[in-house]
Amino acid sequence: MTAYHPAPAAVLQIHRASRVHGGGARTVRALIDADLVLRSGEFVAIMGPSGSGKSTLLHLAGGLDTPTSGQVLVEGTDLARLTVTQRAILRRRTIGYVFQDFNLLPALTAAENVAFPLELDGWSVRQARKAALAALAETGVADLADRRPEDMSGGQAQRVAIARALVGPRRLLLADEPTGALDSSTGTEILQVLRDRADRGAAVLMVTHEARFAAWADRTVFLRDGRIVDETGPSDPAELLAEDAR
Amino acid sequence: MSVKHALLALLSWRPSTTYQLRKDFDTSTGQAWPLNIGQVSTTLQRLERDGLVVRDGGASDDPSAPGQWRLTDAGRAEVAAWWRRPVPRADRGRDELVIKLALAAVVPGVDVADLVQRQRSAIQRTLHDLTRLRRDTDPDDLPTRLVLGNHIFAAEADLRWLDEVEETLIRARRRSGGTRRRRDAQAGPTESTKAVPAGSTEDIPARSPR
Repeated sequence: MTAYHPAPAAVLQIHRASRVHGGGARTVRALIDADLVLRSGEFVAIMGPSGSGKSTLLHLAGGLDTPTSGQVLVEGTDLARLTVTQRAILRRRTIGYVFQDFNLLPALTAAENVAFPLELDGWSVRQARKAALAALAETGVADLADRRPEDMSGGQAQRVAIARALVGPRRLLLADEPTGALDSSTGTEILQVLRDRADRGAAVLMVTHEARFAAWADRTVFLRDGRIVDETGPSDPAELLAEDAR
Repeated sequence: MSVKHALLALLSWRPSTTYQLRKDFDTSTGQAWPLNIGQVSTTLQRLERDGLVVRDGGASDDPSAPGQWRLTDAGRAEVAAWWRRPVPRADRGRDELVIKLALAAVVPGVDVADLVQRQRSAIQRTLHDLTRLRRDTDPDDLPTRLVLGNHIFAAEADLRWLDEVEETLIRARRRSGGTRRRRDAQAGPTESTKAVPAGSTEDIPARSPR
């Protein structure tokens, strides 16, 4: 008898989401009828030229913007049904962001940066630090806990930023060009960290213009003129076997 | 490189004599891979044997005969399938991808944006496979890692080149659109002056061969 393996839960569901800016002759359709499902343990890369809608998609996914039509659900909750305050709380508890320029607070140590969102959410300083140290260990920079951002390399700062994005209960990581400020080999190290975090259950959505880095994801989604035009991932082993048999 | 498909693609544009086909092939591919008349003639005879082309008048084994070659229905289906089919990286001897895109810029009616995206997706898939293979390779197995790294960078170079091809064709379309609009403004409004969304890669017009 075949074992039943239910699909992992959908962490992010974007259903026919469109975002229109302006009106009349100045209407800009930044995103048109986008559909995307991201499950726990899944890593998806978004690629496309400038102005294709990548950032809009990421902003909608993170609740930083709302669609003009369609739906965005994070862990089953429709963001449009939340008040501004409720949305801010959901963002803080569920979603982590990683940016090209790290966005760490310069006056705080690595551990304090990572603990900060938990403290904002009412965690005690001690509990938050404990969770922060665990998150730093998971991204391989536990030894930098008491160092400030100015004393870190770009790769180290980005590892701290990933730890902050996934500290505590957060399971959805949105990364906007996370390797943009890094050299090639450090960029590869960051992709290894993101891949590892996804393999351990996080859902990762990453915007990148580097095909080599997108290839670390499970799928690459292509955007053009506001529309998802295609998506691809590794070859299906069954397809390869079928090709060999032909 | 598929001479067969290149000739079929040119014949999908217009019927042609053997000599004209060779000339069109050279001009539309920047003379990067010049063909001799014997190669063209032999390939056309094989295509005729396979039912993909027919010749109106003149002996098919005489390239100097005046008759024109044209596609059969099977030939049209073959060339349509070729446009849709991404070129596998492993099969890129005399680079078919370069020839295909050079022809796509010239032959009317080819959806260049779709062709570029299909190829981009196929190469990205290869990149996913190579990356996975390299991740699964023993870190101490340096020869395998280096070879895979070479394939990864080559695939990435192809993708960057596809981006450049797309940009070049969009710019060419804007230029020809601007010229057309100026011409149409003098002649009065027509269907061809309908606005195209900025940045759209649809409807990239074909050029005449150089």
